[in-house]
Amino acid sequence: MRVDVTINGESRSVDVEPRTLLVDFIRTHLGLTGTHIGCDTTSCGACTVVMDGNPVKSCTILAVQAHGSELKTVEGLRQNGQLHPIQIAFKEHHGLQCGFCTPGMMLVGATLLERNPDPTEEEIRWEISGNLCRCTGYMNIVKAIKEAGAGSAGDAVGEDLGAAESVAALEDMEEAHT
Amino acid sequence: MTITAPHPATPPEIGGLGHSVRRKEDDRFIQGAGRYLDDIVLPGMLHMAIVRSPVAHARIRSIDASAAEAMEGVVAVVTGEALAAHGLAWMPTLSGDTQAVLATDKVRYQGQEVAAVIATDPYIARDAAAAVYVDYEELPAITNPQQALAEGAVLIRDEKEGQTDNVAYEWETGDKEGTDRAFASADVVVSLETHYPRSHPAPLETCGALADIDPATGQATIYLTSQAPHAHRTLFALVAGLPEEKIRIIAPDIGGGFGNKVPIYPGYVVATAASLLLGKPVKWVESRSENLISTGFARDYHMKGELALSSDGRILAMRASILSDQGAFFADAQPTKFRAGLFHICTGSYDIPYAHVSAKGAYTNKAPGGVAYRCSFRVTEASYLIERLVDNAAWKLGMDPAEFRRKNFIRKDQFPYRSATGFIYDSGDYHAAMDEALRLSDYYEWRSRQSQGPTPEGKLVGIGLASFTEVVGAGHSKEYDIAGLKMFDSAELRIHPTGKAILKLGVKSQGQGHETTFAQIVAEELGIPFDQIKVVEGDTDNTPYGLGTYASRSTPVGGAATAMVSRKIRDKAKKIAAHLLEAAEEDLEWEPGKFTVRGTDQSVSIQDIAFAAYTNPPDDEEAGLEAVHYYDPPNMTYPFGTYVVVVEVDPADGTWKVVNMTAVDDCGVRINPMIVAGQITGGLAEGFAKANMQWITFDEQGNCIGSNFLDYLVPTAWETPSFTLGATVTPSPHHPLGAKGVGESATVGSPAAYVNAVLDALHHGGYDIDNIDMPLLPHRVWGAINGMEVSP
Repeated sequence: MRVDVTINGESRSVDVEPRTLLVDFIRTHLGLTGTHIGCDTTSCGACTVVMDGNPVKSCTILAVQAHGSELKTVEGLRQNGQLHPIQIAFKEHHGLQCGFCTPGMMLVGATLLERNPDPTEEEIRWEISGNLCRCTGYMNIVKAIKEAGAGSAGDAVGEDLGAAESVAALEDMEEAHT
Repeated sequence: MTITAPHPATPPEIGGLGHSVRRKEDDRFIQGAGRYLDDIVLPGMLHMAIVRSPVAHARIRSIDASAAEAMEGVVAVVTGEALAAHGLAWMPTLSGDTQAVLATDKVRYQGQEVAAVIATDPYIARDAAAAVYVDYEELPAITNPQQALAEGAVLIRDEKEGQTDNVAYEWETGDKEGTDRAFASADVVVSLETHYPRSHPAPLETCGALADIDPATGQATIYLTSQAPHAHRTLFALVAGLPEEKIRIIAPDIGGGFGNKVPIYPGYVVATAASLLLGKPVKWVESRSENLISTGFARDYHMKGELALSSDGRILAMRASILSDQGAFFADAQPTKFRAGLFHICTGSYDIPYAHVSAKGAYTNKAPGGVAYRCSFRVTEASYLIERLVDNAAWKLGMDPAEFRRKNFIRKDQFPYRSATGFIYDSGDYHAAMDEALRLSDYYEWRSRQSQGPTPEGKLVGIGLASFTEVVGAGHSKEYDIAGLKMFDSAELRIHPTGKAILKLGVKSQGQGHETTFAQIVAEELGIPFDQIKVVEGDTDNTPYGLGTYASRSTPVGGAATAMVSRKIRDKAKKIAAHLLEAAEEDLEWEPGKFTVRGTDQSVSIQDIAFAAYTNPPDDEEAGLEAVHYYDPPNMTYPFGTYVVVVEVDPADGTWKVVNMTAVDDCGVRINPMIVAGQITGGLAEGFAKANMQWITFDEQGNCIGSNFLDYLVPTAWETPSFTLGATVTPSPHHPLGAKGVGESATVGSPAAYVNAVLDALHHGGYDIDNIDMPLLPHRVWGAINGMEVSP
């Protein structure tokens, strides 16, 4: 079956088997591998994309259901050579480690901020509760989304912790050596 | 090696030690440009799906693949029999046992690999896998080690010569006689029986392989979700009989590992065999269910621990006995000589004169694995047991658990400290870390609130402590190996003519930020800006040999190798500097980035030196500026800390909520404090997961309950609490940078703190309960309060 979509502003049209999942359509047929697959049960959110303005889990939607829709994936966040504020914030606040959940997390966060630029921590945690992260413990993700909305540069959890003591300890070690 | 130099803090643009510079690898991850295994596409690539056993224990009568073979797009169906013809039906495990690649005689757990289908499309491969008909003669399933060791239990490993029971191993260590004597003279004995439940690391990216064997040359390029690519190359050479120089393992970006990607799985071997057979690239990526039911589980330790105590609150001895559930094959990834991993670190942070450990492992009809899930070889189980016992002892003696710990901690002046089971703890200041945690958490304020009774809503307040000590950073190589390969690690550093650099490592990041942290080590040592140093890992053709990343060993071993190779380069740079400055070497002074002739303003930068190394080297020196260093650590490192958890327990329904979680970690010197803190918050969340919800269990038939993310609950942002972090810094005296490794501390240390907090709440609510097994699900807590046996 023919599926026509607009993805990251570009029109694409591909013939696929009716049973093709949207995530496979995006990854395999359109070659956009920033969207990931982490489970089979709509639980983890690694496959999250934005479809007609709403974040959806593309592993539980057929490509044919997306026919005629407008899609956005992580590859579409950067516009005119400029990173999206959510991308900058995730890096600034150490909101990612292995990077596997990151595209989905950023898309959910960015969609939330379009609706509500100044969400509370609780609102952010609820909004991303369909997306699993196994690395970070979520604190810096929450921080990144909040700061992306506020448009302010902030810090990451514990970024100064032990820094001065570490430098001092190393100086002591060197003194002991010499 | 004589190489030492002062270490002033580098400026931020250099980004050496102590700078929380932002991660270099993030630029690709935030743009969806990470390259994970499933993102790799090769021309003509085929896809593999695995046929798995639906039952836990059965004899295979026959396999009929004819319907699958007849499907359009199916290229081949591989069975164990076909592999047996090449001697590949079985493979060695990392604990010296053997494991079926594809079952030929029996299946021994649900989800075991029986056959594999290779097709032109992944959908077709899965359809065809479902069409392979296997005739099973079912056998009784054994789902726990007690059943396995009971008289008359069906023999699981009947293929194994000389195996007459279901015992996988027996092992003991420590001073039995001394321990018995101490127990005989004790005023009080506290004991605890608890099960550390089976868990699964469940990284968000599952495991997979893409094998590409060129039929013309025999060159095998195998992309692998591997935490240990070099070790895997050697094992592939030994198992498959492929010449090692023709095997290139490439571990691309890895979407989390946590120990899950240390073993070699049957799927890797079959995909490789299929590529060899078919002359085309073959990709296999497992589904989440396959990942949870068949790859490296963790824990599953049934533990009994006892403490001998004096009435004034001194610990005199510790005894621990373990019954471990190994699944159908003994596959723990652990050093050969320690059959229960490093469980014998079980005396923890305490000065306990005598200890004895006995351990027995049993085969069951469950998946093999026994991986060190975000821990150093069973340290998690050990830490949990002692921290739970210590709390129970304090409760029994009527002492505050902080005071009891303070009284029994190894004192700062006792380091290096030899533990009763033979570990040499390199350094520590346990009192300082605990004091800091008590201060940060308002411990005494919470105690005073607790003494006023339940909250107005009727919730019981509980405060839990854990003061863990880890042992990480294996080797030294005399005692520590994996499958005989010694646990050193390596770094190769090349400085280019323009002063930029490339650093190649034997370890492999799975999200820990190596591309940044290890560049910072070079920046610290050589004064080259961290963002001008490219870090390469995971490609065995292009990196020096190493044992990989697990057991928190990257910074202790690979980081040390990086510091040492940088110092080698600096030694050579000094010779070149002397040549350029026409000065004697001993007249040169180093500061990050340049050598200066003492007492003058004449200097040369590391960039000038690098250029000269290729354009104007001294007559008596080799050209170029590069070096390799293999680092064999003199000892393990011993990170420690104290965690304080405050919970509210609702006695009406057994639910509990974390009100406050404070973690003070001492991992020695912190190279990038932001990355360190990120490792800790991640680990605290995983510890919370285990205490609260995350486990895998089985029904009586051996069906895995927990085979997907609907049944195997991993916490979301909604349940996961926020954490307050603190730090003390006690450098490792034997690590060149004083660092200790931190990736796992919080997963090791925190589960006991959560559980202790819930039990503390119950104690103060008037309930005399000394144990609830993890996870502390509401019905279990409610059942304990109401004195009722509840089903798991």
